[in-house]
Amino acid sequence: MDVDRELLVRKIKDGTVIDHIPAGSALNVIKILGLPRGSRNRMAIIMYTSSSKMGLKDIVKVEGLELTSKEVNMIALIAPTATINIVRDYVLVKKERVKIPELIEGIIKCSNPNCISNQDRETAVPKFRLVSEEPLILRCEYCERYTYKKDILRQFGIGR
Amino acid sequence: MKGKDIISILDFDADELIDIFELAKDIEGNPEKYRDTLHGYVLALLFFEPSTRTMYSFQTAMARLGGASLVFSDTSKTSIAKGETLGDTIRMFDGYADAIVIRHRIEGAAKYAADIAEAPVINAGDGTHHHPTQAVIDLYTIWKYRGVIEGLNIGVLGDLKYGRASTSFIYGVSLFKPSKLYLISPEELRLKEEVKSDLDRMGVDFVETTDLEGSLKELDVLYVTRIQKERFPDPAEYERVKGSYVVNMELLKNAKEGLMVMHPLPRVDEISTDVDSSPYAYYFKQARCGVPIRMALLKLVIIGDKNGCR
Repeated sequence: MDVDRELLVRKIKDGTVIDHIPAGSALNVIKILGLPRGSRNRMAIIMYTSSSKMGLKDIVKVEGLELTSKEVNMIALIAPTATINIVRDYVLVKKERVKIPELIEGIIKCSNPNCISNQDRETAVPKFRLVSEEPLILRCEYCERYTYKKDILRQFGIGR
Repeated sequence: MKGKDIISILDFDADELIDIFELAKDIEGNPEKYRDTLHGYVLALLFFEPSTRTMYSFQTAMARLGGASLVFSDTSKTSIAKGETLGDTIRMFDGYADAIVIRHRIEGAAKYAADIAEAPVINAGDGTHHHPTQAVIDLYTIWKYRGVIEGLNIGVLGDLKYGRASTSFIYGVSLFKPSKLYLISPEELRLKEEVKSDLDRMGVDFVETTDLEGSLKELDVLYVTRIQKERFPDPAEYERVKGSYVVNMELLKNAKEGLMVMHPLPRVDEISTDVDSSPYAYYFKQARCGVPIRMALLKLVIIGDKNGCR
């Protein structure tokens, strides 16, 4: 088995494998998750690898970390095809596809600077309804403006 | 309707609006019947943004129902100047008043206030977003003078992008299934995408155009709005579009008989004064509907359908 092949298939002991990330988005995923979080989380990032379903895909493996449902939702916003695999003691214990929730609370900011949820000293937590998954459109529950994928990427410093 | 927050005109359906109109009409016909309706009740008027007609018409409405008002309108003299948050201000007034009317330059401020307060909250304008009580007044004007709102050709003219009164009016008439909505504005001031998608969802037939003269002969109602300098993030954008449209008697030569020209006021120069004495002018009648409609709304959200005082 060559080195590349081994990189793709080697199992992690405990942690999370984020698979089926749209090719080229792995770095955005780790940025949104704020990874790595110190030496505890050994990581492998595999980009532009072949996939029977997707043609090309990215994979992120993180040791010593089980993603919370809030983190899974964050991934859904920028990598809607991703699957989350939780591994404990080399055994796959949970596998789920990410799903953008109908109501998204407190993860991202409204694109409207004049929205109450963007006023620093007020406690209005940003809340959005999902309008469309592709293209991604969210609607603020307070000011009712749209927030698009490009706005979300910009918030995480992945602006174009 | 007791305890109901009024954040958007879409918080009502057409039947509820007709109930409000019937009550307002009864109030106009029999004001003495309602003299003590809200005796012993207190209304908080929190105007973080300047207002004349909205604030005074709410205050008048509360007085005519026998209630009292707490007016908070100059933030330079209040605890806001000391740095109090909107959330804390709302909590405080929620302890004093039976209902809260709020105007704020921040979009979503009224909904946020409603989330915090136990008392019903009435949105009197939040930034460029909603102005629902103005829309109830506008719809009542059509209902009262035309007898019907359904099936009309309705034109909305001016700043459809930043205008909260026009947005609320557009949503409001859409509840009554207009025959067609003519959205007449400069290209730069077209309706927001979000509102257009709502109209599509509501199944409203609408057209966007810059052509006032061409649309006019089709219209039963022409709702004119001011292009509001204070809402433009870019002053150069305002300079490009100000004075785009003027409604005058020369233009109205082509109007349908019975056309109602409306305006939420204040106007600057978008309706020429020569229209004022014509049968098309409904904007002063519309302004006079402000107090009875706000009396009806205050009665309904504070004590509901029941009669009488505390």
